[in-house]
Parts: sequence; structure tokens; C-alpha cells
Amino acid sequence: MIDREQVLYVAKLARLRLSEEEVEQMTGELSGILGHVDRIGKLDLEGVEPTSHVVALENVWRADVPWESLPKDVALSSAPEPVDGAFRVPSPQADA
Amino acid sequence: MAEILDLTALAAHEAMRAGELSAEECAEAWVGAAAGDELNAYLWRSGEGGGEAIETVEAGLAPIAVKDIFCTEGVPTTAGSRILEGYRPPYTATAVRRLLEAGAPVLGKTNMDEFAMGSSNENSAYGPVLNPWDRSRVPGGSSGGSAAAVAGGLAPWAIGTDTGGSIRQPAALCGIVGLKPTYGAISRYGMIAFASSLDQCGPFTRDVSDAALLLSILQGSDPLDSTSVGLAGGVRVPDREGLAGLRFGVPSELGRDDVDAGVREVFETALAQIESLGGEIAEVSLPNAEHGISAYYVLAPAEASSNLARYDGVRYGMRAGAGTDLLDMYESTRAEGFGAEVKRRIMLGTYALSSGYYDAYYGQAQKVRTRIAEDFTNAFAKVDFVVTPTSPSVAFGLGEKTADPLSMYLNDFFTVPMSLAGIPAISIPAGLAEPEGGGPRLPVGFQIAAPAFGEQKLLDAAYALEQGIGFDARPGGTNG
Repeated sequence: MIDREQVLYVAKLARLRLSEEEVEQMTGELSGILGHVDRIGKLDLEGVEPTSHVVALENVWRADVPWESLPKDVALSSAPEPVDGAFRVPSPQADA
Repeated sequence: MAEILDLTALAAHEAMRAGELSAEECAEAWVGAAAGDELNAYLWRSGEGGGEAIETVEAGLAPIAVKDIFCTEGVPTTAGSRILEGYRPPYTATAVRRLLEAGAPVLGKTNMDEFAMGSSNENSAYGPVLNPWDRSRVPGGSSGGSAAAVAGGLAPWAIGTDTGGSIRQPAALCGIVGLKPTYGAISRYGMIAFASSLDQCGPFTRDVSDAALLLSILQGSDPLDSTSVGLAGGVRVPDREGLAGLRFGVPSELGRDDVDAGVREVFETALAQIESLGGEIAEVSLPNAEHGISAYYVLAPAEASSNLARYDGVRYGMRAGAGTDLLDMYESTRAEGFGAEVKRRIMLGTYALSSGYYDAYYGQAQKVRTRIAEDFTNAFAKVDFVVTPTSPSVAFGLGEKTADPLSMYLNDFFTVPMSLAGIPAISIPAGLAEPEGGGPRLPVGFQIAAPAFGEQKLLDAAYALEQGIGFDARPGGTNG
């Protein structure tokens, strides 16, 4: 189960701004889904190794050979606000 | 022209090699067919918006429809999301590059649930795809555009991705063949990530032979994806006759599950067909499979919440808001750019990974995953394949399940366990059944799962069964 305060906290962690309507809807829907998912919490899985990867692979190497990087102008070409060879963003401080 | 459109991709390839069909002629016929898309299957078609027209290779392959989750250099790639509207990637996914190198040009990019999250294609920011069998119904998802394009005669073949059933379920609901290969069979490089430990590329085709041909091109290890290992020995087009000596396991838990009567009947008929082809039916037990949905809806959202952190309005895609400060810009961009289902999964995943809940959710789900993989290992000690219906129902109506996310999730019941175990599974059309509420009969998919890297044996058996079933129904354009 998840309450309104938790929804707001998780939204903050996820960098999602939710409308008042979304907060309400999310609280109900997530509670329903978690109610179903919580069934696995009741299983006794003591000592079971968690799956980290389905195919048993270890130490996958590739030759340490440099290759061409994406040219800077190409890397910047999809950015909303490229400036002077960099990605421009609003200031991290509101009043700066 | 119509004759070209009637050819399977394999037949077209053979006609090209014999000099009876030019690659240009073939591509032209399919560009014409794709132009008639009334299903909203395509988000972009070759030549559109100043994009490059189709380039053919002599004695090549029929052109292919590509799910819009694969990056294609210079060609719009949205993953069905508003947040990537207008994005043209600077590089091409390995799977697509392999197709181009083999001589299969890209016919278009297909519609999909946003970031592959959904089972009905109703979560696309660009509108739902319609099922070619009945336009008031969904094509399934998340690769609904690829499935509808092939079933609706808008593409000879297509590729999609499957995280918890996103190839097999739409293939079943559209009456075509869909294969999810073993995790690691095909490179994920350039495939926009949803849940990285589950995502796998695979074919949508009219028949099993085309699926084998397509897999033979796509598979292989790639230095740009260290989890890709390919399929040792490659893949050849199947020619097996009969099923003698093969054992097919039906999970005993199946009887307890909610499966529509019509789907169950087609499934039982296919089992009888297996026996008449000399195969043996046995009961197997997958006791932990019932927890598959719960584990999946922890693991996939958790991985998604991490993968989708990259969409922040800085390097690509849209940016929203006047942006009074950086945090405000992030939050506005993500609020406006993501749709409801994507937000729901990001929230679910972030919650499951948050401090104090990690062990109870993510850790526990990874243990369930181990148990489900063990169930399959035990089953495959007794049988060659595990078989189930692909989906508990035929295609449902547009809007029927959108109000209840959990009921939509439960639709993945039969496909999620194989994804969690990383094993290959194919859906082939097995017959038609009437929907629960009545109406024209719709396709039913039969799912066959095999041990990891058992694709050749799986394709051989699926081919033999396909010949026995002889499914040849085509969409009639009802409600069109």
C-alpha cells in the first residue's frame, strides 16, 4: 500500500511533477498494483540466489582498440539548446 | 504488383536470386502497400519528410518494417513517446545495420506503446494501432504496429522487441508468427532500453520459415553489446516433417488459469494436431510461474525507472517549461513528455528501488526469477518444449482495459515467465475463436518455448506444426 505522502516523495525522487489529479490517481493505482505484487513478499525464498543475469557470462572482453567517437557537432545536433560546443541548461540555483 | 505482395519474404528472396524479381520492383510494391496504411501502423515511411528513399541491393531481401524503438541514423525515432518527438539518432542499431547489410532496406518505422510499455498499443503518444482483423480492437502490444503491418499486408516482415511478451502477444492477436529469441541472441545496441535484463529483438513474419530467415540475419554477437552472444551454428530455414520423438509439456497449472473458452478449444485442437504428427503430450509443472507477473512488474519498472532517467531535456528530445531552474526544467520536461503508463512504471520502479523497499521488492523478485528459471530447467529435463496459449483471450476492444492497469498487466500471464527465464519462445497462429462477448472470429496464438539457445529445434518443430495446422485465414477487414 502506498499513501499520498509516499507518492509525492517517490515523484520527487523520479523528477516527475504530478498534477493533483495524477497524485490521486497514482495513489489508487499503485496501491492496487502493489497489493498484487506484495504476494511475492510472503514467499519463503531464504537461501535462493537472486538472478543477476539469465545467461551465464563472465568477463566479456573486447580488444582495447580506440575507434572514432561521435563528432561533437553531431552529438550536439539533437540537443534542445546547444551553445558553444556544450549543452546549455537553466541554472541549478533558482535565483542565480 | 499483387503477386509480389503475396510472396513470403523467403519466396521473394529466392525469386530475386533466380533473377525473376528485381529488388527495386519488390521494394516499390511494398512502398505502395505501406502508403495505404489505414491502421496507424507506421509512424514514418521511407521517403517521408525529406528522408531518404529506399535503397535496394540487387538479389537482396524484401524491405522490412522496423519498430520505432530501434535507432536509425537520420530517420525519426520516437519509441512512441512525445519526449523523443523529432529526434533523429546519429547512429543505427546493430539489428537494423545487419538487415541493411543483408540487403533488406527499411520500409518504415512502426507505432508502439510508449517505450514498449503496454499490451495493447494504446499507450502510444501517436494514437493507437488498429487490429487489421477488426478495427474496433487492439493489435496487442507493445510491438502492435509491427504486428498489424505484417498481418494487414503493409509489410512483408518486421522486427519488434519483447520484454514480457511484446512480440508474441501482438503476433497472436494479429494471426502471424512472432519469435522472442534467447536473451543474448541478438544485439541490443541502439535498441532504446526499457528493461535491459529482459529486452530482446525478434521477428514478425507470415510464417515460420520467414522467421528463421530473419533470425539468421539478426543473430550474432556484437562488441557493442557485451550481453550478446549470438546463436552458435547460425540458423537455417526449417524443413522438418512431423514431430515424432518430440515431447511437448503442458503446464499443469494451466487448468487453474483464466483462459477464454474459444482460446482453450483452439489450444486443445493444436495439442491433438501435435499428437497426430507423432509428437507426445506430457504434463509438466511450473509451480512458480504464477508469481511471474508480480516479479515482472517489480523488475521491469525498476529497470525502466533507471533507464528512463536519461530523458531530462538536456542532450536530446524535447525540453519543456521556461525553466526557472534546472530541477524545474527536469520536472516539467518529464511531466509533459511522458504519458500516463510510463509515469506509472517510473513511479512503481522508483518506489521498488527506494531505500527500505529494495530487499522486499527488487531482491525478492530476483529470487522469484531464479525459481521460475529452475522450473523451466526441471521441465526441460522431461520434455523438449513447453506449450501454452500465447494470450488468455483473442484481441480485446479498444479502451476495454485502459481503465484498469492491473487487468492489462495480467494479460501477459503466459509470456512473462519465458522472458524472466531468458528462454526462446515462438507464437504461431493456431486457429480462430469467437471473442467472449461474441462477434467475428479472431486469431489465437499457440506458444512454444524451448531451452536457452534451442532456436533451431524450436523453429523446426514450429514449422512442422504449422504445416499440420495449415492456418490460412486472412483479415477480412471487418468493421473497416
